[in-house]
Amino acid sequence: MSTPTEILRSFIVDSLLKDPGRALGPDEALVSSGLIDSFNLVDLALFVETSFGVRLHDAELRADVFDTLDQLTTLIEARRGEAG
Amino acid sequence: MRTLTENLLQSWEETPHRIALRLLEGESATDLDFADLLAGAARYAGALGNAGIQPGEVVVIILEHGRDLVESFLGAILHGAAPSIMPFLTEKLSPERYQESLVSLIGVTQPAALITYSSFEARARSAAEGSSVRSVLLDRAVSASGPTEPSSFSGPRRTPNDIVLIQHSSGTTGLQKGVALSHAAVLRQCHDYSAAIHLGAQDVVVSWLPLYHDMGLIAGFLLPLLTRVPLVLMSPFEWVRGPHRLLQAVSRYRGTLAWLPNFAYNFCAQKIRDDDLAGCDLSSWRAVINCSEPVRWKSHQLFSDRFRPYGLRERALATCYAMAENVFAVTQGGIDGPVVVDEIDLAELASSGAARPVPAGEGLRILSCGRPLADTEVRILDVDKKPLPDRRLGEIALRSQCLLTGYYHRPDLTEQAFHEGWYRTGDLGYRADGELYVTGRRKELIIVGGKNVYPQDLEELSGDVPGVHPGRVVAFGVFNENLGTEDVVVVAEADDPDPDARRRMADGIRSSVARGSDVVVRHVRVVDPRWLIKTSSGKLARQANRDKYMGEREEKPAPAVRDLSAEEPMDRRG
Repeated sequence: MSTPTEILRSFIVDSLLKDPGRALGPDEALVSSGLIDSFNLVDLALFVETSFGVRLHDAELRADVFDTLDQLTTLIEARRGEAG
Repeated sequence: MRTLTENLLQSWEETPHRIALRLLEGESATDLDFADLLAGAARYAGALGNAGIQPGEVVVIILEHGRDLVESFLGAILHGAAPSIMPFLTEKLSPERYQESLVSLIGVTQPAALITYSSFEARARSAAEGSSVRSVLLDRAVSASGPTEPSSFSGPRRTPNDIVLIQHSSGTTGLQKGVALSHAAVLRQCHDYSAAIHLGAQDVVVSWLPLYHDMGLIAGFLLPLLTRVPLVLMSPFEWVRGPHRLLQAVSRYRGTLAWLPNFAYNFCAQKIRDDDLAGCDLSSWRAVINCSEPVRWKSHQLFSDRFRPYGLRERALATCYAMAENVFAVTQGGIDGPVVVDEIDLAELASSGAARPVPAGEGLRILSCGRPLADTEVRILDVDKKPLPDRRLGEIALRSQCLLTGYYHRPDLTEQAFHEGWYRTGDLGYRADGELYVTGRRKELIIVGGKNVYPQDLEELSGDVPGVHPGRVVAFGVFNENLGTEDVVVVAEADDPDPDARRRMADGIRSSVARGSDVVVRHVRVVDPRWLIKTSSGKLARQANRDKYMGEREEKPAPAVRDLSAEEPMDRRG
């Protein structure tokens, strides 16, 4: 079974960046680097909600809340912990 | 009414307690009546006066969307200075790059003052070193200053032909083309456009558009303010992360009018959860006006289908063709009747320039942008700048009472833009039965989400990446049906055949463009030497390279409608 990080990585690389096969490190800046643009942030939030049952509020879609795969995974896990 | 200053002062005097602006931030709303708003603006006017800024001088405003941006802009007008908004630094932009852009803007615009935050003061002062700038004003200091009496303003002494504001698009190239507009032009546009959309006391404008863009500045700010129509304004930053906020605001405040770029129709239709629309009632919306990038029939369908259950009226969908050079609107459609749809043979349009109507279901549906405003004439010109008859494709030219005074401090660009008193838009289209259909562009501008982007700026940013050579990288836009706007594509030649090196180069290009411009690159393609097509004079032929790129993609899109003239020198329009 894929880990949340892997699930998120393949969504970002395949669906948002449209660049399958591209490497994406756990600490690579996604938002502050402009790799994910503002139009894609909503897609990412919708994907997180569908895949993990966790709602990211729109005010949270910014680099100082999460900027990397690791930070996003941590945020999701924390939310799931709260819910459980 | 002769100037914007008089108009604002009259509203302050006659309707001080009427709501001018409802500013939405997160979950809070701040209501500002004319007295609140103009008292705030007056503090900025007073501060500019105290700093020795003279009427007629330019003030560059470097603030984020919000109350201070609005008040400082109006304050500059009360003082008789010409404000120009520089979009504030975003989290993805490189501060160094941003500062370079500011230096470039200061160089051409020659402002006397900058208005910004204390957090940006050091960079602002550094960018202004040795320039025309005599004063850097800080938002906090101005807001804390005492009240200023309207009698002390210099603004009322301005005359209708004086410049009231300067508007420009971003990027090195855009910043060089500051559109200088007179009081008379802005007031005339407000008058004529109000008539075209039947703007009245019952209206409420709802907008999330940025004020540094013509659609946001005019339709989403000055038009309602100068006509005393209430404006509900939210930040573009918040809207793009929560597009439902627009619809919720329309519902809550009984919004009647909104202007959106085409991509926003797709974006709202596709990215809003049902939960976020609970209780939403859009029946008050009488016109949702599609403007600032090519209008698409399919985008209207998506929007209409998605929001009909929430009370959106089909008839509310409207279109407009606008540009900063004409203050804003040139044509308007969908107000006095449904938007006219023309179904034509696209292949024939692309090959011969004839817009031949075909039976329903057999061709491409093109939405009309409507008819010209009063006092505005529209013509279609052939390559020799001669007028063309109906249903012939050519360059759109216009003549009106609200055209720009000129590109500020760039008489060369102003002269190039006009032909015998007609402003040449650089857009391609045709007319039929009084309606205007915009089908493409002669100039090689890319429009992403309503923002104008110059390919040469993106090529220059790409050229900073190791392995990318000047003249061997090209940028262009490709329409993305799903998003309803253009994708930015960069194609660069690499000498190194190693796939890893090429991938690093592609990443470098993405990163450099993201950090140095308003947009991100959707696709980067690294190709072998001599892939790119050049003109006989050795310049890059962007259209030809775009065609080659499209031809090598697996999915074949519809043929691009573009300039039908023979190859001509690139960058002709600057």
